Amino acid sequence: MNRRARNVLFLIAAAVFAAAFTAACTGLPAFGTSRHPYGSRAIGASIQRRTANVVSSVNFDQRAIDTLGEESILFGAVLGSVVLLRRARDENRQDPVPGRVLPTTLLLGAGLLPVTLLVGVYVIGHGQLSPGGGFQGGVVLATGLHLAYVAADYRVLRRVRPVAVIGAVDAAAAGAFSALGLAGLIVGAAYLQNVLPLGTFNQLTSGGLVPLINAAVGVEVASGVVVLLAQFLDQAVEIESPPDGGKGRRTHPSPEAS
Amino acid sequence: MTLLPFLAAGWIFLVGVYGMVTSRNLVHAVGCLAVAQSSTYVLLLGVGFRKGATAPVFADVPVGTSVVDPVVQALVLTDVVVGATVTALLLSLVIQIRKRYGTLDPEALTGLKG
Repeated sequence: MNRRARNVLFLIAAAVFAAAFTAACTGLPAFGTSRHPYGSRAIGASIQRRTANVVSSVNFDQRAIDTLGEESILFGAVLGSVVLLRRARDENRQDPVPGRVLPTTLLLGAGLLPVTLLVGVYVIGHGQLSPGGGFQGGVVLATGLHLAYVAADYRVLRRVRPVAVIGAVDAAAAGAFSALGLAGLIVGAAYLQNVLPLGTFNQLTSGGLVPLINAAVGVEVASGVVVLLAQFLDQAVEIESPPDGGKGRRTHPSPEAS
Repeated sequence: MTLLPFLAAGWIFLVGVYGMVTSRNLVHAVGCLAVAQSSTYVLLLGVGFRKGATAPVFADVPVGTSVVDPVVQALVLTDVVVGATVTALLLSLVIQIRKRYGTLDPEALTGLKG
């Protein structure tokens, strides 16, 4: 199909979509309506389980089994990237050459690294209370770790995040989510049902199972993103494809980073 | 004009699809897919909006305050996470295509290799 025909086809499809979508939107409840039947019930259920952050309650309590599926997508995508970006037979691993880093950049990075990690742990830890949670805090934690790469160099990053260990942590955290659901079955309730003591509303220990699942998700997202970024950084920094010549060829390949 | 926020979501979707249709670079196509997907965030948050309401977190507002719909916010959170990981997976495919075929232009990728 040539470009012209494809554009014409797109325009026809877009016109049909636009008309049907606009017609469908006129049937939606008005924008800003005060009637949200599902939302009101979710808020009621969340207050009843003493979880101040209703979004966390929906994700880790009321729809926990959906979040388990979503977390499996995350795990599968990380696994897929690791398989796709592994070192091929015709590629070599080259030791990265450290670049020059401005002392001020180094100072700022070294100062911000602990602060960022603390913020990540805080956002995960307060997932049931304040905005945030395992998914958001996990990403903060993982990207914060990469300040070591920005402010220092790749070898420092390799030391602060051993990818083999973090990959194992990723798998363990993904398994911990599934295992936490068994708590419900042990006491005779449903899988992933919130059966732990609920605690006091708006306290760190409130919400029963929510903070635990939240922590498992936080660890899984953080380690998953670290492993994912490690694969891309390996491609950019370490792995050398054949057309670029065999510079830095080693007599024995270094152990796989993952 | 209460229809405008929903129509904005449809417009973002079409912009993303247009980018994918006319794309000459696979990295650009993956970016366009992310744009098309972000239209679902706008649509979901638009559906869940409540006039004059605050965030659905009762840590510092009294219980019973008018808040926006938390269910769609949880759906958007799910959406964002899945979108980010799928983008990463697609980009690793793009890296492999560039290595094996030496091009990122989808129009030049016509041959099938066994």
